[in-house]
Amino acid sequence: MNIIYFLIGCSVLLALIFLGAFFWAQRSGQNDDLYTPSMRILLDDDEPKADEK
Amino acid sequence: MPETITHVKTSCYHCGDECLTSSYQIEEKQFCCQGCQSVYEILSGAGLCSYYHYNDHPGATRSRTDKRFDYLSDPVILAGLLDYTDEHLSVITLYIPQIHCSSCLWLLEQLNRFNPSIYYSRVDFLKKQLIVRFDPRAFSLQQLVELLYDLGYEPLISLQDIIQKQNKAEKGNLVQKIAVAGFCFGNVMLLSFPEYFGLSGYEQTFSHFFGYLNILFTLPVVFFSGRGYFISAWHNLKNGILNIDFPLALGIAVLFLRTAVEVITHTGAGFADTLCGLVFFLLVGRFVQQKTYHHISFERDYRSFFPVAVQIIEEGREKPVPLSGLVTGHRMVIRHNEIIPADAILLKGQALIDFSFVTGESVPVNKTLGEIIYAGGRQTGEAIELEVIKPVSQSYLTQLWNNEAFTRKQDNRMKTFNERVSKYFTIILIAIAVGSLLAWLPFNYRRGIDAFTAVLIVACPCALALSTPFTMSAALSIFDRNLFYLKNTAVVEQMARVNTLVMDKTGTITTGRGKRIDLSGALTGEQQQLIYSACVNSIHPLSRMICQYFGALEKLPVTYYKELPGKGITAIIGGHLLRIGSGKFIFGDFKETKLMTRVHLMIDGSFLGYFTFLQEYREGMERIGELKSAYSLYLLSGDQDHERDELLRFFPDEGHLYFSQSPQQKLDRVETLRQQGNKVMMLGDGLNDSGALKQSDLGVAVTDDVNNFSPGSDAILDGRSFHKLPAFLRFSKDTVHIIHTSFLISLTYNLVGLSYAVTGRLSPLVAAVLMPLSTVTIISFTTLATHFAAKRRKLI
Repeated sequence: MNIIYFLIGCSVLLALIFLGAFFWAQRSGQNDDLYTPSMRILLDDDEPKADEK
Repeated sequence: MPETITHVKTSCYHCGDECLTSSYQIEEKQFCCQGCQSVYEILSGAGLCSYYHYNDHPGATRSRTDKRFDYLSDPVILAGLLDYTDEHLSVITLYIPQIHCSSCLWLLEQLNRFNPSIYYSRVDFLKKQLIVRFDPRAFSLQQLVELLYDLGYEPLISLQDIIQKQNKAEKGNLVQKIAVAGFCFGNVMLLSFPEYFGLSGYEQTFSHFFGYLNILFTLPVVFFSGRGYFISAWHNLKNGILNIDFPLALGIAVLFLRTAVEVITHTGAGFADTLCGLVFFLLVGRFVQQKTYHHISFERDYRSFFPVAVQIIEEGREKPVPLSGLVTGHRMVIRHNEIIPADAILLKGQALIDFSFVTGESVPVNKTLGEIIYAGGRQTGEAIELEVIKPVSQSYLTQLWNNEAFTRKQDNRMKTFNERVSKYFTIILIAIAVGSLLAWLPFNYRRGIDAFTAVLIVACPCALALSTPFTMSAALSIFDRNLFYLKNTAVVEQMARVNTLVMDKTGTITTGRGKRIDLSGALTGEQQQLIYSACVNSIHPLSRMICQYFGALEKLPVTYYKELPGKGITAIIGGHLLRIGSGKFIFGDFKETKLMTRVHLMIDGSFLGYFTFLQEYREGMERIGELKSAYSLYLLSGDQDHERDELLRFFPDEGHLYFSQSPQQKLDRVETLRQQGNKVMMLGDGLNDSGALKQSDLGVAVTDDVNNFSPGSDAILDGRSFHKLPAFLRFSKDTVHIIHTSFLISLTYNLVGLSYAVTGRLSPLVAAVLMPLSTVTIISFTTLATHFAAKRRKLI
């Protein structure tokens, strides 16, 4: 059963990595604007060619 | 024959506004003005016509004016505006109120297609902000702003931008605290389960290991996430206030100490999971309470719509001067749509000043040469020149701001229910805890300490602390849906306690934009066309309304045209002599029978009738009258009393209507009402109400467009929802009832827990179940109850 010590160590480490990732995302401003990306993704990279000239 | 003219209404391809003439046209695409047409030309020239594919009429309407961004090349002003700058890179955040759809987003993020010196442009849609990084060597801020202006996205650069940048407050790291608390809560739960399900003797070593790990996890929860509660409790204690943070901090401290002692002495498992859960839920409650509206500012004052700089004439040359550098004697040039920033005398040009910011009255006022024009007016029409007679800081408008009402501390003008209750709650809690300690002490001191700590743990007012934020935030989103934006959650409670309503007239109970227009007399199609052709030349708002009334007619060539400001138009069109204007203008000596705005029409010397412009009251004013049984209603108007009779339909008590009130008198009147013990809610719109708004217990700014200027206030009400005001008031009372009920529910839980606690035999499992259970009950009760209350008041 000593494997428990190792497993718990692993799980805590993993959780800490995720916590660190969240902190990084927060600090680098990724959560500052949660609305605009949802609109941006709907825009095409190339313009529609069916353009009436 | 002329009778057959049909009212064909075409809308502008760019902005969607109605086209009054058919003279702006490219490839069968109609435009309302030269401005919109040129935007289309710029876009089609750069091959960016997809802008028009994502939405119909995505552009914002615009009327072309002179260039007025010269001040942006002034290095002092530039330094105040730029977020960051070095030789290769400048970063600026611009506020662009016109951003409203995905087309705006698409276009504004492709600015580099116009000029390669723009590295990057990003839109924050909700905040209506555009962040641009560009190369300052090849491209200036002025060029950027002019480019945006040409595209129809004029950034709003105001004096407040500079001031705000200078004292930008450090943003709270609440989200990080929640993340840490949530992380620890999850791990502690995992490590506590084995204890609850029972460990065999052979597994005891795990129990100790888990215990120590739990303590490790509680450390960041207590000292990082929960730190705010200790600081706040200590701070309040020093000031002799017992607020809810004190029992919370006490609970957290006791939980932590007891857990640490139990684990280290191997006497128990401790309450690590209860502790982490408590802090986590409390922080979530605090987060919910901090709802903010990015797109609305509640703190606006005159600075937020004053320009950063004005053009002055010095030695025959125009140059920009920052507002702070403007002194008496300067000769300023104010162009179309610019604000007059200081009290000044008109020296040159035809002034037609729109004082809607100040008074809410949208019809511009004519000023003659040599007249004093007070700061805050917006010039419409041609450029004018004025001589400054008072610097910005001493003008009439700014003086109003120096009234003590604005320097007074604003927060928490009324104590909230939570604040009143938590004082007694804390005293009773400590009394019970000490009582149980003393009761047990003679028999068993260990059990006494157990009971003492258990009482503090169980009675920790978590549910109480959560009931207000969750109810209020649910209520806030209901108000939000009905276009009523509250500054913070405390405003709901203030609204529930209001018993006096004070209203401004112009712009508040009347619609700010546009009056009702009525034509008395019959016109033939030809006559309509003649009048239209004359009025279309004038920029006077009444002429424009007449043109709109007729719709798009064909414009006839004008042989002679003369407009006397504030009086009327004389024109010769197709051999007919037209005279359109005020009674005095048409008939010479003439007295209007009623104090109403009228435009008389005369063609070839025969009188044809007149247009009447009536104030239009907001929809649902009748319902405001229903409030008279529960509230005392007052009206404070800056106008003359010629509408008294009409207003009496809505305001029953004659003694409560006040006319010709100056801003200072409004403020004083509200103050008098408050001193008589009334809880006053003031509804106003312009800057002239801002003193009264601040002075009242609850200031509500009524506006037709929340992005436009509205004075600083506790709440902003969109004019379209004005008729819901009675429902809002009733709903706010419901909300307070819900808070009271949820307080009772949380008390019940506390009593159940206390009955365990005083015996000194509180098992960690009971605490671990009770705490989340009560929290979940409160959250779901408040959310559901608020929803039902809103439904009953027909707000959803």
